[in-house]
Amino acid sequence: MKILVAFKRVIDPDARIKLTADRSGVDTDSVEYKANPFCENALEEALQIAEEHDGEVVLVSAGGPDIDKTIRAGLALGAERAIRVEIEDTVLDSDLAARVFAAVYKEEEPDIFFFGKQAIDSDNNQCGQLVAEYLGLPQACFASEVVIDDDGEVATVTREVDGGLETIALTLPAVITADLRLNTPRFAKLPDIMKAGRKTIDVMDLDDLDIEDTALKIELVSLEEPSARQAGVKVGSIDELVDKLKNEARAL
Amino acid sequence: MSVTKLLLDESHVLLRKQCERFARAEIAPHATKWEEAGIFPRELYGKAAAAGLLGIGFDESVGGSGGGSLHLVVSIEGLMRGGSTGVAVGLWSLGIGLPPLVQSKDSFLTDTFVRPTLAGETIACLAITEPGTGSDVAGVRTRAVRDDATGDYIVNGAKLFITSGTRADVITTLCRTGDDPHGGLTFFVLTPDMNGVSVSRSLRKTGWCASDTAELAFDNVRVPATHRVGAEGSGFVTLMRNFQTERLALAAYGVATAELALEESLRYVRERSAFGRPIAKFQVTKHKLADMATKVEAAKCMTYQVAAAMDAGKYQGRDKALASAAASDAPSPAASVHSLRSSELNDARIDGVRPPQPATAPRSPRATPTPNLGLVKEVSMAKNFAAEVAVSVCYDAVQLHGGMGYMRETLVERLSRDARLLPIGGGTQEVMKEIIAKQLGL
Repeated sequence: MKILVAFKRVIDPDARIKLTADRSGVDTDSVEYKANPFCENALEEALQIAEEHDGEVVLVSAGGPDIDKTIRAGLALGAERAIRVEIEDTVLDSDLAARVFAAVYKEEEPDIFFFGKQAIDSDNNQCGQLVAEYLGLPQACFASEVVIDDDGEVATVTREVDGGLETIALTLPAVITADLRLNTPRFAKLPDIMKAGRKTIDVMDLDDLDIEDTALKIELVSLEEPSARQAGVKVGSIDELVDKLKNEARAL
Repeated sequence: MSVTKLLLDESHVLLRKQCERFARAEIAPHATKWEEAGIFPRELYGKAAAAGLLGIGFDESVGGSGGGSLHLVVSIEGLMRGGSTGVAVGLWSLGIGLPPLVQSKDSFLTDTFVRPTLAGETIACLAITEPGTGSDVAGVRTRAVRDDATGDYIVNGAKLFITSGTRADVITTLCRTGDDPHGGLTFFVLTPDMNGVSVSRSLRKTGWCASDTAELAFDNVRVPATHRVGAEGSGFVTLMRNFQTERLALAAYGVATAELALEESLRYVRERSAFGRPIAKFQVTKHKLADMATKVEAAKCMTYQVAAAMDAGKYQGRDKALASAAASDAPSPAASVHSLRSSELNDARIDGVRPPQPATAPRSPRATPTPNLGLVKEVSMAKNFAAEVAVSVCYDAVQLHGGMGYMRETLVERLSRDARLLPIGGGTQEVMKEIIAKQLGL
């Protein structure tokens, strides 16, 4: 069984970020990157399935050579090799990323294509769905449990939906996107970290993949920083609090 | 950002992140409770082993994770993010308890004690200090006497300030087997199930509170000869090698302690207001923090540089890196008076012959010969410098926190107590200075 995992890097969510002077993006000069947490869940699930079904896990990511660090972190967790599609990752939108991944799928023909349910930087939650659509594959998004049958032909996926859980069965190959509660990603051990440095990252570009439509469908107009938090006030009594909530905040 | 980044490769960066993630998930939420309890759950050893954190710096052939001195340094920094030196040093007592066993290349000792400890199943500690002797290891009085009838050794004595000692399964104990102050020392592995081994006291400390510390008593303990580590008389040289790693680790604890205190202070001065503005706006605060940050950077540079130099043979594992450093270190005329060449060192270890004493220079019977292990001076300097930086930066951090800095609820209060041991443990500041001075030819 072969499992492909889309693996994206995001700016460390604990880091303080600034916008560039022209507000066209985030100033990336001194920011730290890490793997998108949902992608880590996707990789962990892929590794567990591969261990159980004697499979191979392949990572795929899109970006320049500087994303190799993040890819190596994924290889250290146990993926066997990786594919990096050379593209400036600042000019990607969900649709182009999906076209790239769909093209890689055709090269690799995996049984399962795992995604994180969304990336925590742009929060678009589109990529997995678009890939399934372009490839005509069944999809199960927001998975909180994945069971593959002994023959490796059917995935039974529990999805977190509003108000409860939905369990669906998909015929493989299929696209599955991972939710945070799917699993707890493992720790990379030092010997595996060392081995990751020697694993292969194959580099492809858009021409190799025959992607015709490379147009961006989303235009970034501008970014705004959240407004600074207003100072609070201290109230002297419960009555005053109720009065303020009623008459000033109009919350009651 | 620190210039020390230049010394790190991807494996160091990734490893540090892994350790940090473990510390934030498994240590930080419980640190205060464990500090107050004076101990942490035994299960944490298993969890740390499963995350691959216990075997760093130990060769994969003995059940370790491989890696070198710089990996060890960054792993300590990562673990310290849990906010408890006690937990970090408690987990790492194997880092000083196991290397003598590994060095002996004894497969019985490796399989019986090293592997299970690196797997997180058993706890190891190192027992050197005694009620009557500390940094002066030649004064060790715990005696192992060979029983000619059985070949066993009978051990009598007491050991003090033993980290993880109240519940250790593997007690790597330095004993006297001969009268020569240095050549008469031998390590043995004692276990708590042996008749006559007992914990006399669990000691209450100023800092490092989440780690247990014991006084141990040995009363006619019968120890099989298979538990002897290396040849009789090999203990001193083994210990000197062990000190190198221990002291580098203590430098790393110093760097990590100081860095945490600095970060806490930077956060606090932005939040805390006095006279109508955040105290970060006062020049006196800014200059104090500038000094603190400079000291942290300097200590970090020194510690990382020494670790990188120890790793000069790139990830051959601690022991080999140390040996190659020793071999490449041509002894200066001044230093060689009190030093062993690496070849002599190996002979001393393998054959159990007493390290040759220099014929020149009359010395007091207690003067300590210093085997030339390579970088002895630099490791001692890094340990002293980082320890001093930790103490001074924590002092300033408490000062910046004012009354809050004296409250148990702030991290800097704990760090300031934890830092105080660094110039004492693993060889006092004064003993480090003696070693440095000796290497300067004094």
